[in-house]
Amino acid sequence: MEAPILQIAGLRAVFRIAGRDIAAVQDIDLEIGSGETVALVGESGSGKSVTSLSIMGLLAKKIGHIADGRISIRRRDGSVTELTGLDAEQLRRVRGNDIGMVFQEPMTSLNPVYTIGEQIAEPIRIHLGKSHREAAAEAVRLLTQVGIPDPARRAKQYPHELSGGMRQRATIAMALACNPTLLIADEPTTALDVTIQAQILDLLADLQAERGMGILFVTHNLGVVAEIADRVAVMYAGRIVETGPVSEVFARPRHPYTIGLMRSVPRLGQATALKAAGTPLPTIAGNVPSLAMLPKGCSFAPRCPMAIDACRAAVPPLFQVSQTQASRCIRWEEL
Amino acid sequence: MLSFIARRCATGLLMLVALSLLIFVLLRLAPGDPIDAYINPSVPMSASDLETLRDRLGLDQPLPLQYFGWLRAALSGDFGYSIQRSGVRVLPLVMERIGPTALLMGMGLAIAIVVGIAAGIYSAVRRNAWPDIAMSVLSFIGISSPAFLTALLGLYFFSVLLRWAPSGGMQTAGAPFSISDVLAHLILPACLLSIGHAALIMRYMRASLLEVLNQDYVRTARAKGVREFWVIIKHATRNALLPVITLIGSTVGIAIGGAIFLESVFNWPGMGLLLVNAVGTRDYPVIMGATLVIGICVILVNILTDVAYAFVDPRIQVA
Repeated sequence: MEAPILQIAGLRAVFRIAGRDIAAVQDIDLEIGSGETVALVGESGSGKSVTSLSIMGLLAKKIGHIADGRISIRRRDGSVTELTGLDAEQLRRVRGNDIGMVFQEPMTSLNPVYTIGEQIAEPIRIHLGKSHREAAAEAVRLLTQVGIPDPARRAKQYPHELSGGMRQRATIAMALACNPTLLIADEPTTALDVTIQAQILDLLADLQAERGMGILFVTHNLGVVAEIADRVAVMYAGRIVETGPVSEVFARPRHPYTIGLMRSVPRLGQATALKAAGTPLPTIAGNVPSLAMLPKGCSFAPRCPMAIDACRAAVPPLFQVSQTQASRCIRWEEL
Repeated sequence: MLSFIARRCATGLLMLVALSLLIFVLLRLAPGDPIDAYINPSVPMSASDLETLRDRLGLDQPLPLQYFGWLRAALSGDFGYSIQRSGVRVLPLVMERIGPTALLMGMGLAIAIVVGIAAGIYSAVRRNAWPDIAMSVLSFIGISSPAFLTALLGLYFFSVLLRWAPSGGMQTAGAPFSISDVLAHLILPACLLSIGHAALIMRYMRASLLEVLNQDYVRTARAKGVREFWVIIKHATRNALLPVITLIGSTVGIAIGGAIFLESVFNWPGMGLLLVNAVGTRDYPVIMGATLVIGICVILVNILTDVAYAFVDPRIQVA
């Protein structure tokens, strides 16, 4: 069987705060096959971005590092490389080359003093050893592929001359410049308005169909997950609490947190019904616990309507709910 | 771009006129009568002779007329004659002093810019390491030391005690002209002139780069696999330079003040020395001419700064 594009096993990334190592994420196991899109979902501070930055080796050196676990990827040439065993220079050769990354803010993630074309051409020159001229021509081709009209002219323009949606297309072109096997998209649609969001999601799906890359899609938007992902991993307080195919998880979530999340999504027409009934939009009571003071046992127990004493005894393992779905809840069978 | 430069030149011209008016008024507001400078105190002069002299020099006319007369002549390149050195025209007198001053200031600022930017980048990248802390302390000393103090101390240590460099002048008296001789005379005053500016540029560069290093596009550059050296130089420094360029532009005007001190201390035959002597002897035409030429230089540098700014930051051209 073909090796997966991305394989994460037992990842633990820690931040050093006030002399103490605090785990931002732990016990992360994740696999992405070629042509597959996996969504990483959770609230702010749940560890989604730390996970994606860990894969890139971009955790800020002085404060955060990978303490445990393995991350390996299948590269363009088919070889499998363990990223956690690479030194900084070897990792740099993988970044932008075998892994592309798209960030949340298209407004600020492009360098204001270089042209769009130059910024797309840069990784092509660095990793593929192309000349300036070849890389510039390739940049224009990439702009065409991400659906930017008049790409030759756009390539010569600066980021401030492009709209938000255009810029995000340009950053996608930049991330895909070296034809990576894995694309990490960290909330790529969050800063865009809804119609542009839909266009960008369609674009990513089309590009994936063409190139067969794996996509790790980080988001807090369940609607986006339903739209783009094959599988979903729900994160809470630094751990994956439920994972499985989107269709299964959405049809029957087996973790109280997932259930709470889905119930909190406002639905069209629901507002008037709720108003008539005099009830507010459902929320999950309480707050995300501080990572420095995680409760003993299940991190979600203090907010969980189903919590029992056993929940507070030990961190629950991931229970295999079905062939494909898993939940970190000891009472999953009752859900 | 051309219209941008043209606009800046037009405002520069307006500033020059305002500057000349200001100097003119300030000089006339100073106590004393300009006519005094023309009189030999040991030779008694009758009131009617005084009136004749006043009439010949045009000093009997109302001030606005005097100003416009001066301005009309100045526009055609005639700044009049020096009072102290009778028969010597102001313009050539000033022009021959521009070279030495430009040399001293150019060298001083070049040292300040290179050292300041390099040290600022290093400090920002290695922030809170001991070299950064050491440089921060040094730069604060540099910023807070007045030019006359550093000039005198520098002269004492490096010329008098250590005898590393000549103590004054631009060339060794009597020796034939050689570039190495001028450089030997130039290096100490240029270094002393650069201290305060290097320190200031370093602080700005450090602060600006620290801010830029936190920007998303720096992370994007790393995510593309750009080498860390180029992340700093190409992606971060070019953005961080923007405020520093503004600083350097405004520094030039301040540097002229410092150059006047240094030229006096090191007997450097430049505009500063000329100006100080002219003020001391109330040589009004020379003061006017020299100040105006300095003003032109400062305004030119400011225009150059704006052009450089537009060159480094593509967003400027639209505005």
